[in-house]
Amino acid sequence: MPPKAQIRTLLVDDEDLARHVLRELLQCHPEVEIAAECANGFDAVKAVAEQKPDLIFLDVQMPKLTGFDVLELIGTDIPVIFVTAYDQHAMRAFEVHAVDYLLKPVGRERFEAALSRAKDRVAKKKPMPAELAAAARPPQQFLERVVIRDGSRVTLIPITKLDYAEAQDDYVALASQGAKHLKQQTIASLEAALDPARFVRIHRSYIVNFERVARIEPYGKDSRLAILTDGTRLPVSRTGYARLKSLLDDRA
Amino acid sequence: MHPLLTRGTVAGMPERPTRRLGLYLLSWTPITVILIYLIAKPAGLGWSYATLLVVPLCLIYGFVCLSAWYSCKAAPIQTTLPRRLFVTHTVAAIIVSVLWMETAKLIAYLLSQIHTFQGLDQKFAPQAPLLFAAGFLLYSLAVASNYVILEIGESQAAQARVLETSVLARDAELKALKAQINPHFLFNSLNSISALTSIDAARAREMCILLADFLRLTLGLGEKAVVPLREELELLQRFLAIEKVRFGERLHVDAHIDAQAQTCLLPPLLFQPLVENAIIHGIATLTAGGTVRLAAECSGGRLLLSVENSVDPDAPAPRKSGRGLANVRLRLEARYGKDATLRATAEEELFRVAISLPAEMADAPRPAAEDELAPAKEARA
Repeated sequence: MPPKAQIRTLLVDDEDLARHVLRELLQCHPEVEIAAECANGFDAVKAVAEQKPDLIFLDVQMPKLTGFDVLELIGTDIPVIFVTAYDQHAMRAFEVHAVDYLLKPVGRERFEAALSRAKDRVAKKKPMPAELAAAARPPQQFLERVVIRDGSRVTLIPITKLDYAEAQDDYVALASQGAKHLKQQTIASLEAALDPARFVRIHRSYIVNFERVARIEPYGKDSRLAILTDGTRLPVSRTGYARLKSLLDDRA
Repeated sequence: MHPLLTRGTVAGMPERPTRRLGLYLLSWTPITVILIYLIAKPAGLGWSYATLLVVPLCLIYGFVCLSAWYSCKAAPIQTTLPRRLFVTHTVAAIIVSVLWMETAKLIAYLLSQIHTFQGLDQKFAPQAPLLFAAGFLLYSLAVASNYVILEIGESQAAQARVLETSVLARDAELKALKAQINPHFLFNSLNSISALTSIDAARAREMCILLADFLRLTLGLGEKAVVPLREELELLQRFLAIEKVRFGERLHVDAHIDAQAQTCLLPPLLFQPLVENAIIHGIATLTAGGTVRLAAECSGGRLLLSVENSVDPDAPAPRKSGRGLANVRLRLEARYGKDATLRATAEEELFRVAISLPAEMADAPRPAAEDELAPAKEARA
């Protein structure tokens, strides 16, 4: 009787042949069971919610959702082995954060080494580094869209459609086109990922899309209100006002 | 700094400035000898007196003539008016010659203080204008030779500049061509091959050959200034066949290549990066894939090329025109100037790049090659 599978894994790659290689390499590991194969990030997020795998082989370059987007959406609990053809920034991030990764074409030796380290991570329940996606982003390149997950449904908000973000405990509420989406992220890390020429931290709890600000009104002593084009009123702190003004000067 | 006094090189070896200065002063020897003769002979001044007088004079004047270099540099021959050149240097020559003549009188006077040469300065006095004339001539000669030196340096520098620009241009071109082989494409293709080895060995071999052909064609085309479109299409056909293996049903190709256009000449690797972009920024970003449409047509003396691809309507704003596109634009500009245009248009679900350039025909146009079109069509889903 074959030994019972101890590790349930997910193979995520948009290329059939690339998944095939992984499948083949896993053949001599009866302890690893392939729970599902996904050809894109949306399916991967869904499969993670449904299958609760122990380990994920995740391609970095995929349509719509990249491997990093997927990691951001599924959290840091499940160990991931990244697979990439060539991405210097990603590779550097993997090295810095001691994350296992495979390079295409995937060879047996590297595969075995990565798998055995990943098993260790699974056994010790070592979480994945949270700041990996930010580290893999090339310098001077800012977020182009925000990915949000609600259960197994994934929403993409292009940065141009993000009106403002509000801190709510461990979450940020992202306002876009009249709707609010909750995302587990700190407002400081969101601020760091956004283009400072387009988004301003106007308050301890608020980041605003500069283009949405219609006017600023005084509000009590020492504080102000930002009135957005859709009529929303957001508090502006004294330092927030200074930031708004300097951005306005930069643009002038 | 005067070029004589700067550190130079002779046959690649560093040369000490004192050596060159020595050589320069040595070249004054014949002048000195002639002057001694001219001064000693007619006035009967005697050789020793003339020598004692002329040698220090020539030494001094040797250095004075070096100063002509600075006035030559200050008044470049091309940019200064001839009249001004003439006046400047004549005035300088007169002043220098007068001073030299006066110095000669002073030395003559000092020498006459020595007992044996007593009274000889009186004898020398009528000879002084000779020194003025010699001084004037020598200084003019110095000016002329300095201009020659400056011109030689200038033309060498110009030559070096031309060489440097052409090296830079070639460098940029090579870099551009190297960038054409996208590492992503290469590694992903190798991964596909490695997968195929166990599924279908014959297809794996076929893909290896496609990839090898693609690389060889890329390198080969890169060495030429222009190629017939036909050759670029051969490259594209390989490229698309490889991508078809990777993307499978996700990639559809639709090609309309006018037979006449195939013989048109264009810089190599101009079309390929556009198709590669269509796949990277179009097909690869769509979960369900899409279509790449290629068209080439020759009409009204123009070669019109276009690449169209489906794009993700939800994708973030199109990246600031990618490196590939910018590169193609630069290369078009470098070769055709304003005579070629590149237009990129983005619609909701479509991205289109259209190039228009003068249709140059190969010398011996081959008969319309219908069969050349077939391989490109084969890549169609």
